Amino acid sequence: MISLTINGKSTKVDADPNTPLLWVLRDHLQLTGTKFGCGMAQCGACTIHLDGEAIRSCVTPLSAAAGKQVTTIEAIGETQAGKALQAAWLDADVPQCGYCQSGQIMSAAALIKQNPQPSDDQIATAMNGNICRCGTYGRIHSAIKQAAEDLKKGGAA
Amino acid sequence: MMTRLETELPALPETGLARREFLIATAGVGGGLVLGFLLPRVMGPQAKHGAETSTFRTESRPFVPNAFIRVDPDGLVTLTVHKVEMGQGTFTSIPMLVAEEMDIDLAKVKLEQAPADDKKYADPILGSQVTGGSTSIRGAWKPLREAGAMARILLLTAASKQWNVPLEECTTSGGMISHGKSGKTVSYGEVAGAAALLPIPQKVQLKDPQHYRLIGTPAKRLDTPSKVNGQAKFGIDAQVPNMKIATVAASPILGGKLTSVDDSKARSIKGVVQVVKLEDAVAVVADHMWAAKQGLAALDIKWDGGRNASLDIKDIVGQLQEASNNQGRAAPGVVARSVGDFRKTFEQSKHRFEATYQVPFLSQAGLEPMNCTVHVQPDRCDIWVGTQVPTLAQAGAMTLTKLPAEKIFIHNHYIGGGFGRRLDVDFINQAVAIAKQLPYPVKVVWTREEDMQHGIYRPYYYDKLSAALDDQGKPIAWSHRVTGSSVMSRWVPQMVENGLDPDAVEGARDPLYARDNLLVEYIRQEPPGIVTGWWRGVGVTHNMFMIESFIDELAHLAKQDPLAYRLSQIDHVPRAKAVLQLAADKAGWGGALPQNQGRGLSVQFAFGSYVAQVAEVEVGKDDIRVKRVVCAVDCGTVVNPDTVVAQMEGGIIFGISGALYDQITVKQGRVEQSNFDNYRVLRMNEAPVIEVHLIRNNEAPGGVGEPGTAAVAPAIANAVFAATGKRIRTLPLVPSLMQT
Repeated sequence: MISLTINGKSTKVDADPNTPLLWVLRDHLQLTGTKFGCGMAQCGACTIHLDGEAIRSCVTPLSAAAGKQVTTIEAIGETQAGKALQAAWLDADVPQCGYCQSGQIMSAAALIKQNPQPSDDQIATAMNGNICRCGTYGRIHSAIKQAAEDLKKGGAA
Repeated sequence: MMTRLETELPALPETGLARREFLIATAGVGGGLVLGFLLPRVMGPQAKHGAETSTFRTESRPFVPNAFIRVDPDGLVTLTVHKVEMGQGTFTSIPMLVAEEMDIDLAKVKLEQAPADDKKYADPILGSQVTGGSTSIRGAWKPLREAGAMARILLLTAASKQWNVPLEECTTSGGMISHGKSGKTVSYGEVAGAAALLPIPQKVQLKDPQHYRLIGTPAKRLDTPSKVNGQAKFGIDAQVPNMKIATVAASPILGGKLTSVDDSKARSIKGVVQVVKLEDAVAVVADHMWAAKQGLAALDIKWDGGRNASLDIKDIVGQLQEASNNQGRAAPGVVARSVGDFRKTFEQSKHRFEATYQVPFLSQAGLEPMNCTVHVQPDRCDIWVGTQVPTLAQAGAMTLTKLPAEKIFIHNHYIGGGFGRRLDVDFINQAVAIAKQLPYPVKVVWTREEDMQHGIYRPYYYDKLSAALDDQGKPIAWSHRVTGSSVMSRWVPQMVENGLDPDAVEGARDPLYARDNLLVEYIRQEPPGIVTGWWRGVGVTHNMFMIESFIDELAHLAKQDPLAYRLSQIDHVPRAKAVLQLAADKAGWGGALPQNQGRGLSVQFAFGSYVAQVAEVEVGKDDIRVKRVVCAVDCGTVVNPDTVVAQMEGGIIFGISGALYDQITVKQGRVEQSNFDNYRVLRMNEAPVIEVHLIRNNEAPGGVGEPGTAAVAPAIANAVFAATGKRIRTLPLVPSLMQT
């Protein structure tokens, strides 16, 4: 049994400590918002937060999360940055197929938290680990700028 | 009252069924109105330029009620959608058509995914229940507006009868019917039951485009909210009680078979439940994916590689080259089109030019790996999956389970990137074959490596183009010999006539240039071991790279500006000319650029839409950076402008990955690429600025899902030439450029 906090709830997981968090979330806890894309930290679809830092859950073992706070897309809307990003995503109608968007929003939320007013280059660099095959990069970029702007004004929807 | 354009309903089928049955209104459960209607089979639009694209030929066929509109007593309108949503936006644009004609808010339309049923839910253009080929709006455009208009007039009629006032004095808005003189109002829901009892009119009136409220105005996608909070359910997210998870390994050598497997180590891994053997694959079934993956890694598997064990990409390309050069063949390729006399004109000309172009095998590499959840029981089979072809999935399961169609239930889901890969059902059949051996439901999930190495790939094409120029440098004879696999011969053999695969020559058969002496040939050459299939942009994608590169080469030979050269030859296609001019103007064509940078362009007519693009590139030592793409589109009537823009943006990004980096190659019978580390796709820091400009008109709607992809590769290759003087004729461009 490994104890950790997932989306604010303390949780005990009975799984091999080497199990990647991705499969703990998806198969053990049925939190399917976090997606499987590559299994080797190449695509970013599985991005979650571990103590507020963006990590690739497909290569992070459960043991690394023992006693820590895990946040997934299902709860990111409860944070100020997450809420602002989701609103900006809706405003720009970012998603197409939508499969990568959980990971995109989680990466963006970590960026905004760390750097509330990122430059264009900083956004592109921070987000280059998240692949979108539908090609929504331009809209993701605009939505992050918009969310940063809204947060600065304190007017996050 | 708003003017409406009268439309004749589709011709009655020859079976003599009454119109009442053809377009049927019935009382719904709970007193609502249910409207069933037929999506008539239409041919086209054919690949012709100009006004012909707007004419559909209606073909009669036996009646079956098709999609369904339901109006509940509470006013809720439910539309059964025959398409699947894979990012292209049809879950928003199709209800827009119905909401427009019914005079209701888009938010009032509830969507239900149609079950697998070719008889009821075939696409009018494709003839079966397929989401693909950029057909959704082209096919739905007329019948769904007619269905909406029919629902409205029945509701309106019911209200006017109830009030005993002339129909002409009643109006509709926001799901309400009003009679201005008396001030009476009633909701659709309140008269839905009465409307269902009315006779079906012979004609319905469609709105005059000038009165559109929704069509042509940006609408927020209805699926977005669930896609920003993790709630959207893709096939891979299916949860079924008592479900196990499996992952598979098929023969690493293409076409190989399983000889034996020692699973003793795998079975000792905690969570592993069972090992399932198939003829060409092994699956490890476990409580969760991690155990299944570990179990798979612990198997000791012996494969019989078979005849492809020493296959190399060089062999495949060599075979294509040989076929293209027609060596050892008695007959030349199938003639796809012959106009005038190409050979004579070519042979008599002083100015002749020939070039060979190649495009590689490609993986679609959608971000959601292949997966399928199946529960086979003695009396039914349930399949939870994201598929572009639910009826093909059903047919496959029928063969494997021996159950009848009505016992096979396809629960279709959002697709995490289709791009043509989910037009095939190999992975669904495999999951059914595995589930057949298990007494519980199983979710089969392919790893990324399995997905990339056991794909159904866009074919490798090896094309030769030849042209003769007059003394002014204008092409007066043109030939295009396409050599490669025939996807349609495997996928829709009934559409291959006399050996001609219409997809293989799509776009090539009808070039914008040199139409007086034209010869287009197709030589079918199947690669050993590799199954070929659809990829975003299909036939047009490779042919446009060839044609728009070739015309650029001819412009250079003629010492003319690539834009002016093209413009001077396309007077007969004013819509193509307009998009080309617009893209060039917006891109600042002719303006100075720094060293190692260049602009290239392309123009095309495909999928019923005209698209021109200008790409700006910077060529570095070991990379090509696409800095900006300006895209002009005329897709006729625009339903959701924001979706058109999004599809162009997405198509361009997808096409850039293919143009610059992507290729599937084979060594010793194995696919060499395995994941995104060696199958490079464009990332945000590499993405260009994209500008999309729409030309608006009331022509029939064209497709938008695929044209953007096809147009970008030649624009980039031409830009690389402008920047460096190097003409790259083999995709992907980056490795090819490094070899020059």
